[in-house]
Amino acid sequence: MEPHNVAIRPALSRAGNTREASRALMSDWWTQLGEADATAAPVANTFVMGSLAEVLNAFDIPMMFPEIAALQTAVKGKSMDYLLAAEDIGYSPDICGYVKVDIGLHNTGREHPLGKYPKPAMVVSSNMCNTYIKWSETWERQYGCPVFVLDLPGWRGTGFEYSSTSETFRNDVKYVEGQIRDLIDLASQVSGKKFDIDKLREILGRVNRMSELYQAILAMNKNRPAPFNALTEGINYMGIANILRGQPEGVEFMETALAELEERVAHGVGAVPDERFRLLLVGTACYTNFREFVGMFERWKGVFVASEYMSFAGGGIDRGVRYDLDRPIESLAEQILITAQPSMSGIFFSHEWQARMAEEYDIDGICYHGVKSCRTTAAGLPDAREWLLNNANVPGLFIQSDLVDSRLWAEAQMRNRIDAFFESLQSRRVQAGV
Amino acid sequence: MEEELGQIIEECRIAVEDPGYPAIHQWLEDNPDGKVLGHFQVYFPEEIAHAAGMLTLKMMGFDSSVQIREADAHIAAFVCSILRTSLEQGLSGRLDFLNMYVTTPICDAARHISGVWTRRFPEMSCQILYLPQNAASPHASTYLVGEYRRIAGIIEEITGTEITDEALRASIELFNENRRLLRELYRIRRETPWLVGLTESYLLMASGGAMPRERHNELLGRAVEIIRSRDRRPQDKVRVVFEGGYCEQPPIEMLSVLQDVAYVVDDDFMIGLRWLTEDVATSGDPMENLAVAYLEASSYSPVQRDPRKPKEDMLLRRIRESHAEAAIVAAPKMCEPGLEEQVAYDAALTEAGFPHLVMEFEEKTANFEQARMEFETFAESLLFEFV
Ligand code: SF4
Ligand code: SF4
Repeated sequence: MEPHNVAIRPALSRAGNTREASRALMSDWWTQLGEADATAAPVANTFVMGSLAEVLNAFDIPMMFPEIAALQTAVKGKSMDYLLAAEDIGYSPDICGYVKVDIGLHNTGREHPLGKYPKPAMVVSSNMCNTYIKWSETWERQYGCPVFVLDLPGWRGTGFEYSSTSETFRNDVKYVEGQIRDLIDLASQVSGKKFDIDKLREILGRVNRMSELYQAILAMNKNRPAPFNALTEGINYMGIANILRGQPEGVEFMETALAELEERVAHGVGAVPDERFRLLLVGTACYTNFREFVGMFERWKGVFVASEYMSFAGGGIDRGVRYDLDRPIESLAEQILITAQPSMSGIFFSHEWQARMAEEYDIDGICYHGVKSCRTTAAGLPDAREWLLNNANVPGLFIQSDLVDSRLWAEAQMRNRIDAFFESLQSRRVQAGV
Repeated sequence: MEEELGQIIEECRIAVEDPGYPAIHQWLEDNPDGKVLGHFQVYFPEEIAHAAGMLTLKMMGFDSSVQIREADAHIAAFVCSILRTSLEQGLSGRLDFLNMYVTTPICDAARHISGVWTRRFPEMSCQILYLPQNAASPHASTYLVGEYRRIAGIIEEITGTEITDEALRASIELFNENRRLLRELYRIRRETPWLVGLTESYLLMASGGAMPRERHNELLGRAVEIIRSRDRRPQDKVRVVFEGGYCEQPPIEMLSVLQDVAYVVDDDFMIGLRWLTEDVATSGDPMENLAVAYLEASSYSPVQRDPRKPKEDMLLRRIRESHAEAAIVAAPKMCEPGLEEQVAYDAALTEAGFPHLVMEFEEKTANFEQARMEFETFAESLLFEFV
């Protein structure tokens, strides 16, 4: 009798641990924010790139990440309600959907599908995305809360080298360190608490550990089959890395995730059964039609072994954060510039990073997903795609939809393009005799 | 004299509108070893390049005279037009004379332009000047001086010319003169708008970004003199402020339609050329003076964060100081910061009970009938209100 072709998955003792942990932690996060709102305790709005969670946690100020909250409304099928509420008050269809979801929430009673959406008592914004700044100004106007903009000078162009001894680096560090000290004063005022440098030290130590674990998690996908899908599970890792940056539960979560992945690798279990194509995602996913989006790749047995999103949205955590605990504030400034800054600038100059990833992760093709909402991640994708094809011989697929605006989802068109891309990858293999 | 003014404006028009950059080519003919620095909107401290003998060219975008052939293959469709036309100019070879290209991270879409430019023109020095986005920070000016010195170092390498304090002071003087003349032109607009048309004023102002400043000072100086001596009578037109031209520019024809129905008594067109609002000091360290002026004596725009200058307050001030009766609050299509700021401006003006028109524009618009209708209806509603 012919052996049948169904992949039998071995029973894994750790299966599902990460998913459960991430659900529980997310739910705790919403509970904590709801309680803060109910008791009028100060909440800080901050962003995934350049959150300065280290400082906010040192004052126990709960953090709301409106980007994560907006994404969640889309996954819950609710984003359009809020988005349209913002358009009703004058926001253009051509601006970032995350901003509009948030504005909609703030102007319709602050009821998020997962919990109470708190009012910010302060904002930590940054130039990592310029839209962050405009977005923060909306809260400044609505609530009169202080807005702190962390200004991080980025990659400067042709011939730029960022060695720790260069004059530019020293100049940048001084600027950033000064700003961090200003933020410490502001957070102290808002929370009514004194700054405790030892507490900051502990947090930094935990970020170091989280970063190590996170890097190990990413590296797991160098295995074949890849044990996790960067498009789906990757988003959970990323979410927790942000909301619990520097917290004991964040470290624990990363340990849980890594252990589960190690077990999968040991048993040869892949994220996508019978993995055939290994992909890199550049840009972000589409959350309004997330299942369909993922399914279009999975049905070709394509797995996203890496995503640019898991880099830039992690505030440098993928680059190996190594805080020097003897010089906490100085080191915080230096490390932000060495880790978060290149992950931000990387969005605009990521062609070499993509070529390296293609090599290291044995990638067959790159999916460039342009989302109208987010010019930060998407505006230059067609050019990067062409560069990769011509200079590194890595084929790319360019598709467009949106993060949270379901009006921009065109299923048939999307499916056709994705199918055609996989067919072309297939014929490349045939031609190469693989 | 009108004939002379006509010739001056024609020279300015060619500098602004001709995608072949004749004024730059003329300069290169006269200075065969000369180097040219292109810079994207909004502000660049041109004095630094000038002090090394470099010519600067401000990217302004183009109307429908520049057809997009290649740029769309390199940049997503959902970005504004100025990014596409300026990239097209580069990809089509019309900017091959550039030795250096500087962008500032004004918006998320523009940040990609420097990436694209770096990949497409690996031989050119493509630099990003990080102007402070935490402008009120006490650490911003020291940082900015360092950043200016970094750019100066690259310019020195490219030109082989050291930027001495003396040379920089002389350049500051030249640009101070330019800004003084521009302030004078705008003063005329505020006080006696019937003496100068909006398109005349626009061309006189914007051309400074596309020709040597020495020449621009000559033209502008003479033009201001002639305009001042004009004998014209005021007409019954509404006085309006135009806001929203800080980066992408509306087509000149649209301005011409607007001037038919209103006196535009102030605006933010090409605000980078007028970013510094006072003379920059020449005593002391000139590099520091430039940095301090950028932070402390400067205008405003949606792409600079400075909590000391809330943009709605700044707009209301512009309106007050120009005695405008109404405002046009515009934004370029697909411009994230402009469209976001527009909502805030709209809310502030509504709250102040100040008449205003909210609109979008695109530099490539070729049909002005709709704009004409909008402007006319708006102006009529105001005149009716004031009767
Ligand atoms: S533009 Fe992109 S990075 Fe910026 S806030 Fe919107 S979704 Fe986030
Ligand atoms: S017009 Fe707006 S979107 Fe376009 S480059 Fe300028 S600021 Fe950016």
